[in-house]
Amino acid sequence: MASTTPIDTPPAPPVPRPSPRSTGRMGDKIFLGLSRGSGILLLVIMASIAVFLSYRSAIAISENEGNFLTTFDWNPAGDPPVFGIAVLLFGTVVSSIIAMVIAVPIAVGIALFISHYAPRKLAAPIAYVVDLLAAVPSIVYGIWGALVLVPYLEGLNLWLDDFFGWTYLFDKTEIGIPRSLFTVGILLAIMILPIVTSVSREVFLQVPKMNEEAALALGATRWEVIRLSVLPFGRSGIISASMLGLGRALGETMAVATVLSPSFLISLHVLNPGGGTFAQNIAAKFGEADAFGRDALIASGLVLFVLTLLVNGAARLIIARRKEYSGANA
Amino acid sequence: MSHAPTGVIERPTPASPTPKSSLGSRSLPRLAPLGFAVVSVALGIGIPLAAGWHSRIQWGMLSALFFLAISYVVTTIVENQRQARDRLATSVMWVCFLIAVVPLASLLWTTIVRGAERLDGYFLTHSMAGVLGSEHSGGVYHALIGTLEQVGIATVISVPFGLLTAVYLVEYGKGTLAKAVTFFVDVMTGIPSIVAGLFILSIMLIASIEPSGLMGALALAILMVPVVVRSTEEMLKLVPNELREASLALGIPKWRTILKVVLPTAIGGITTGVMLAIARIAGETAPIILLVFGSQLINTNPFEGAQSSLPFYIYEQYRIGEAASYDRAWAAALVLIAFVMILNLVARGIARWKAPKTGR
Amino acid sequence: MAKRIDISGLSAFYGNHKAIEDISMTVEPRSVTAFIGPSGCGKSTFLRTLNRMHEVTPGGRVEGKVLLDDENLYDSNVDPVTVRRTVGMVFQRPNPFPTMSIFDNVAAGLRLNGSYRKSELNDVVEKSLRGANLWNEVKDRLNKPGSGLSGGQQQRLCIARAIAVEPQVLLMDEPCSALDPISTLAIEDLIGELKERFTIVIVTHNMQQAARVSDRTAFFNLAAVGKPGRLIEIDETERIFSNPSVQATEDYISGRFG
Repeated sequence: MASTTPIDTPPAPPVPRPSPRSTGRMGDKIFLGLSRGSGILLLVIMASIAVFLSYRSAIAISENEGNFLTTFDWNPAGDPPVFGIAVLLFGTVVSSIIAMVIAVPIAVGIALFISHYAPRKLAAPIAYVVDLLAAVPSIVYGIWGALVLVPYLEGLNLWLDDFFGWTYLFDKTEIGIPRSLFTVGILLAIMILPIVTSVSREVFLQVPKMNEEAALALGATRWEVIRLSVLPFGRSGIISASMLGLGRALGETMAVATVLSPSFLISLHVLNPGGGTFAQNIAAKFGEADAFGRDALIASGLVLFVLTLLVNGAARLIIARRKEYSGANA
Repeated sequence: MSHAPTGVIERPTPASPTPKSSLGSRSLPRLAPLGFAVVSVALGIGIPLAAGWHSRIQWGMLSALFFLAISYVVTTIVENQRQARDRLATSVMWVCFLIAVVPLASLLWTTIVRGAERLDGYFLTHSMAGVLGSEHSGGVYHALIGTLEQVGIATVISVPFGLLTAVYLVEYGKGTLAKAVTFFVDVMTGIPSIVAGLFILSIMLIASIEPSGLMGALALAILMVPVVVRSTEEMLKLVPNELREASLALGIPKWRTILKVVLPTAIGGITTGVMLAIARIAGETAPIILLVFGSQLINTNPFEGAQSSLPFYIYEQYRIGEAASYDRAWAAALVLIAFVMILNLVARGIARWKAPKTGR
Repeated sequence: MAKRIDISGLSAFYGNHKAIEDISMTVEPRSVTAFIGPSGCGKSTFLRTLNRMHEVTPGGRVEGKVLLDDENLYDSNVDPVTVRRTVGMVFQRPNPFPTMSIFDNVAAGLRLNGSYRKSELNDVVEKSLRGANLWNEVKDRLNKPGSGLSGGQQQRLCIARAIAVEPQVLLMDEPCSALDPISTLAIEDLIGELKERFTIVIVTHNMQQAARVSDRTAFFNLAAVGKPGRLIEIDETERIFSNPSVQATEDYISGRFG
């Protein structure tokens, strides 16, 4: 980039101009100051997100009579105030895991479909549509999930209960509309499908042609080419794509808030209605919360923040390491 | 083919175990997968009908499973196991694709059909003032104004901020500061929208600020900045170094080089990035719930008092739970999707139009 | 095990562009045939039609016949996968599978074709690496990644990988162009040994190399840029380099052109 260019102050040209260097110097200084200032401001914002959230959380947690981590209740307005994130953490993690289990294999399948299987004329439009779908606002997914998907899933729920009830996980012990963590997981899976697909697709398209030809020339079928050269090359890409999707799923608010019928219970019967997630709980409880209640919600938001930070950080680390790895081999 | 060559180097040609027609092999006709598909769909619908299962999702899943099983077994019998595995993989890819298409098509279809029922000129030009949730009346005008103003303010804040940060990273950035900024831009991309909302909320609680469109716009700006930085950065990196050097060698100061040469060269891509970022934040609901509070009335002043916004309006109407409000929710969803999609299409159009022409 | 290739009336296309036109020739078994000619004359494209790799390129298609001991590669009931298993290929740049060990690289083709006992695999890997003159250099680090070898070693690893499945024919697409002179010499020696067992076709830009390693040489040329490449003549290498029957060949070889 330009930063590597040694010509920072070029020798003044012999053209007679009213002291070009001095205005240049001044302008350079101001411009550098502004752009560096923006970079610093960005760091300041990130730091203050952490600081402000922690500060308000500390206020809430210090008044909390329950255990913030283990209490199965959210009643900051009570006397004494009692609230805890156990149910929220459980619900957030479980629904995201369900979403990942469903979405990642399908997304990898679609990505391979686009990069290696679809007829060439079809591949570009499909990729385009997948990108557009990533732009559909989450609230639209939310009302679609609540008004269209939920009724459709009733039959599937009964069926899973009938045939896989013995797994405990799919044992539906409560009757009711399937506004469950399982349904939320399915909806989240649909929502993160586009991002996981497009990141994986990018990686699959980067597989060097010569690696694929090596496999082909050995007499590999198309699937064997993928197994021998595409998947090994794309493995870390798939992992980081999944992590990015996971980050989205963890923080998703509206789709969960519209679909889930919340309750402060932890149950591994994922088909039962009930449960809650961080973001959903904040959106649902905010309207009725007083100032202290809001601090309590901020405290739960801080946990969500840290959670997404860890997931996204891990994804970025994997991507960075992959870059080094492929750079060394180039 | 000679499997497991047994160590002999010289082997006279006639001794080779290869039969005469070694290259030819039995293979299924090209349209066989289509036949499999028809049979599996018939089975996938027939069996549930006989058994009395009504969920169409099950029909689809059964058909898909039958399809995979039939094509694997038939190919194993007619061709061989390697071909069968290859065909299985191909079938799985197609099934994955179809599985993904069904819900997404349903989403778009429902939104368009249900939204069109209620969407008309009246809906776009009236607010919800004095309209009861169950009434078949009212409109989205106040929410449109809210969205336009909030998104507008967020754009005005984050575009210069994002551009300058990207310029710093590409044109000046080295050392620890640039590395830190790069890393935190990535981190910022992953911040859930509700956390951005909570951050502004915590400031409002500390400084006792009332909800307003501006507060929502600030949260939206936090979500928008990293997207702008990332896309601008990518575009600036594409500007060839020769251009910069040519300009610098003419004695033009660096800041003017950046403003007059580098940015104009990348302007198409930067515009695309900004529009995609706008499309992304226009659909954000969570920060609006926390910071703008929502309103049934027209409030054109984003700096004071509660406002509505399109996504918030959809959520609000959904929560009322009446048939009439569901209609309004769908119609607003259609407006929002149309807005976002148009932004996307225009942005991609610009990207294609401004894309650097390749030599070929 | 080595087979004769009879090509008749072969043309290859990229979409609407005709890259090579109406080529007919015979490649003798257990010999080295070199393809020479100026850049863009379609010799690599032609090579890739001999194991149906050309059609992997988007828009690539072929007309004409390639007979491998009387069997047409382009018959409708012929599976290209089987063809490539029978006609091995070594590429311009060494391309070992980057995530696999040296051992796994050589064994990759065998593993595709069914299950082998460990001892069988060991035997074949050792034999192939010996065949590629690489065994002594790598026998102590078979489990290290193949990408850790030098360029010339990587190319010999690729040759070992290709001969491990015992193909009938070995195609080499400028196998030495990315290598230093010493590695090139090693590969050329190897080619001389391999022709005892395989039919070898090699594309090369380097005329001395063609003269050194090949028994027969085919010269390709194109009438003008954008026109399809054609076979000008094929003959004993010695004759091509001493007394070619076509003027264009002589011009090219003596450096007056190309």
